[in-house]
Amino acid sequence: MRSIGLNAWFGQKQALKDINISIQANAVTAIIGPSGCGKSTFIRTLNRMHELTPGAKLSGQILLDGKNIYDSDTDPVMIRRRVGMVFQKPNPFPTMSIYDNVAAGLKLTGTKRGKNMDEVVRRSLERATLWEEVKDDLKKPGTSISGGQQQRLCIARAIALQPEVILMDEPCSALDPIATAKIEELVVQLKEEYTVVIVTHNMQQAARVSDFTAFMYLGQLIEFGDTTSVFENPRSELTEKYITGKFG
Amino acid sequence: MTKKLTGDNIFKVVAGIVAASALVILLVTAYVLVTGSTLVFGRFGLSFLTSSSWNPVEGREVFGLLPYILGTLVTSGIALLIGVPLSLGIAIFLVEMSPRRVRVPVSYLVELLAAVPSVIYGLWGIFVLRFWVLNNLEKPLNTYLGWIPAFSGTPFGLDTFTAGIILAIMIIPTVASVSREVLSAVPNSIREGAYSIGATKWEVIRHWVLSYGRSGIFGAIILGLGRAVGETMAVTMVIGNATGPNALPTTLFKPGQTLPSLIANGFIESPDALQKSAFVGAGLVLLAISIIINIAAYFLVTRLLKVKGGAVE
Amino acid sequence: MMNSYGFRRFKNRFFFVLCMVCVIVAVVPLLSILFEVIARGASQINWKFLTENSLLGGIGPAIQGTLIIIGLTSVVGIPIGVLSGVYLAEFGQNKYASVLRTISDVLTEFPSIVVGITAFSVIIVGVTKTYSPLAGAFALSFILIPIVARTTEESLKLVPNSSREAALALGAHKWRSTISVVLPSARSGLVTGTLLAVSRIAGETAPLLFTILGNNYFFQGFNQPMDALPLRIFSNSRQPSPELQAQAWGAALILILIVLALNVGVRLASRGKLRG
Repeated sequence: MRSIGLNAWFGQKQALKDINISIQANAVTAIIGPSGCGKSTFIRTLNRMHELTPGAKLSGQILLDGKNIYDSDTDPVMIRRRVGMVFQKPNPFPTMSIYDNVAAGLKLTGTKRGKNMDEVVRRSLERATLWEEVKDDLKKPGTSISGGQQQRLCIARAIALQPEVILMDEPCSALDPIATAKIEELVVQLKEEYTVVIVTHNMQQAARVSDFTAFMYLGQLIEFGDTTSVFENPRSELTEKYITGKFG
Repeated sequence: MTKKLTGDNIFKVVAGIVAASALVILLVTAYVLVTGSTLVFGRFGLSFLTSSSWNPVEGREVFGLLPYILGTLVTSGIALLIGVPLSLGIAIFLVEMSPRRVRVPVSYLVELLAAVPSVIYGLWGIFVLRFWVLNNLEKPLNTYLGWIPAFSGTPFGLDTFTAGIILAIMIIPTVASVSREVLSAVPNSIREGAYSIGATKWEVIRHWVLSYGRSGIFGAIILGLGRAVGETMAVTMVIGNATGPNALPTTLFKPGQTLPSLIANGFIESPDALQKSAFVGAGLVLLAISIIINIAAYFLVTRLLKVKGGAVE
Repeated sequence: MMNSYGFRRFKNRFFFVLCMVCVIVAVVPLLSILFEVIARGASQINWKFLTENSLLGGIGPAIQGTLIIIGLTSVVGIPIGVLSGVYLAEFGQNKYASVLRTISDVLTEFPSIVVGITAFSVIIVGVTKTYSPLAGAFALSFILIPIVARTTEESLKLVPNSSREAALALGAHKWRSTISVVLPSARSGLVTGTLLAVSRIAGETAPLLFTILGNNYFFQGFNQPMDALPLRIFSNSRQPSPELQAQAWGAALILILIVLALNVGVRLASRGKLRG
């Protein structure tokens, strides 16, 4: 994925200023920066969720496989199937069972109940490392499991649609350390099949799981490169200050 | 510790006593209705509820509420059938669809529907709605679907059907505004989750928002039912004022009667104690139905607005 | 069920149009009512119509009666309602108050015809032995009091606790702080709620059917029947004569003007204070 000249506003307030970034396929890219720097706004432009906020505006291009996702003839619904998202606070559907949560996206596109669907649900839960824990409780409501498990359920839900990219907006900030560790492990595994973009306020997490890191500040992209260079040899002074904890 | 006769204490006690006015109103009403009905229930027992006869002639009196109970149910049923989908459409429009600028005027217009007095609805019903319904709905339905009992007979205009339609219009503000509150209370995280798996806006509403809010919407419907059951003037003016077995709603297109309209039409003229008691008895039955419906609605709506993690059945 | 993408897009569009249609279908009757009332009633309005009694073709007694009955009801009902609301808001954290609250909510949904029966039995049969405006006011107050109590309570709850504490810290008694500080702060909410309640009872007919009955002449005393706009509309609508029916529309126009004036007045008053 690539963004070219991306600007975004909420009403009059500009949240993103001229972001140009290239997201490598089958790798994990982390977006770090202090609160309010625009990292969540940025990630929401990648699957066209930004425009759901009333008053939200955007200019520039975002290319997925070379085609601008904001083309006038492109339907956001199609984009969101190719670019999945996991949110900060786990949000499994409370009115649906675990099985139905994973299958939700499939049902929308007409997949019928049956062996096919069972297979996909099982595979998604396996890839999200949740299968063993819930395989006997598939009928239970999506909210009846622990926070960490709910988040993995949300990951399974996103995976079930075979997206090309998975976006994660601070996926561990509402979880305990053990659940966090499990998800971090999962993220590293996921890059084999998917491209992952993860927003995090936890620098150590970024260092642990990502291949590339982008540092944002006040709506601008300050620095972007492979994780090791960014953390050990930051080009910008601002980056260095943030990483060494001088602010943030 | 002795309670001092302070200004505060006096104030609290006086205010507390005055607040009991609500209780007094309830008790006085209940007392009047119950004691006023003893005559008619004593004379006819439960057949007062199940009989269709209505004969006020002295010496041969028979009174039965069945046609009016059915009339109340049928008109309210029509009101729900027509009014609820319209109200839900309006609520969805206001919460999920409309741009901010449109929202305020539209919701104001819908509220204005509630401000119009019932008697004016009735006036409009007699002279305007009746003919529109007669020519555009009743006659065609009767011509093409007249083999269905509900649409049989000779359409008249001042009948159960028109009463149901006017009730539908009158319950829209109630059902729409409560549904609107219910839909607004659905957490955004649910909508975001649904969008993120590629659902269209309508799919988000239909499969997730509405199902999360279902018990609240059900409560809104019951509230609308309560309003339809108790509505008096508009119904009285368009329903045609039938009594006795003629009032049985065998078809929608003939004059009928509901419990409130029965009382409105006949209470004043009734000369003797037994007949008056029959009307009071009708009032008691009406009140009982209304209270039950409203308590049910109250619990359903507050249950949704309190639940945080979402309802799972 | 083949859920092809195109079909999903079609459904999306279709249901949105449907929702808009619902809005239009609901608004059309309102517009029709307003149109008909104005079209059929405006021609009736002239000085004679507004001031003569009904034998001479006017609705003077009805207008007077409506004003009298609103006045009587308000004089008794508003203080009781406000004081009840004050109790519920300021002292109402106990079981007694929550029971009263529920009862008030149930009362606002009472079928109004039942209220008429009660007033008839209590006042007319029990006290005055004749139709009387007092009975009408009694009946209407059954509707007014619960509404005013609840809206007063809600308005008072919006006053932040810091105001109460500030007054108490200055050494004022609770009753004093309530009257001098809390009530004035909630004034716009109180006025709004009260005006809405009054506009509701102005249009009520059923409670008046058995209590003031209607009259062709102006107010004749507290032990005589009295006319009111809703009653006049109701009785004239049932007459075969086109002149009388036309008068009903004229009366309806006056009534709607009164009700709308109260409602719009409420909107304007509350526009600065509450969220839209």
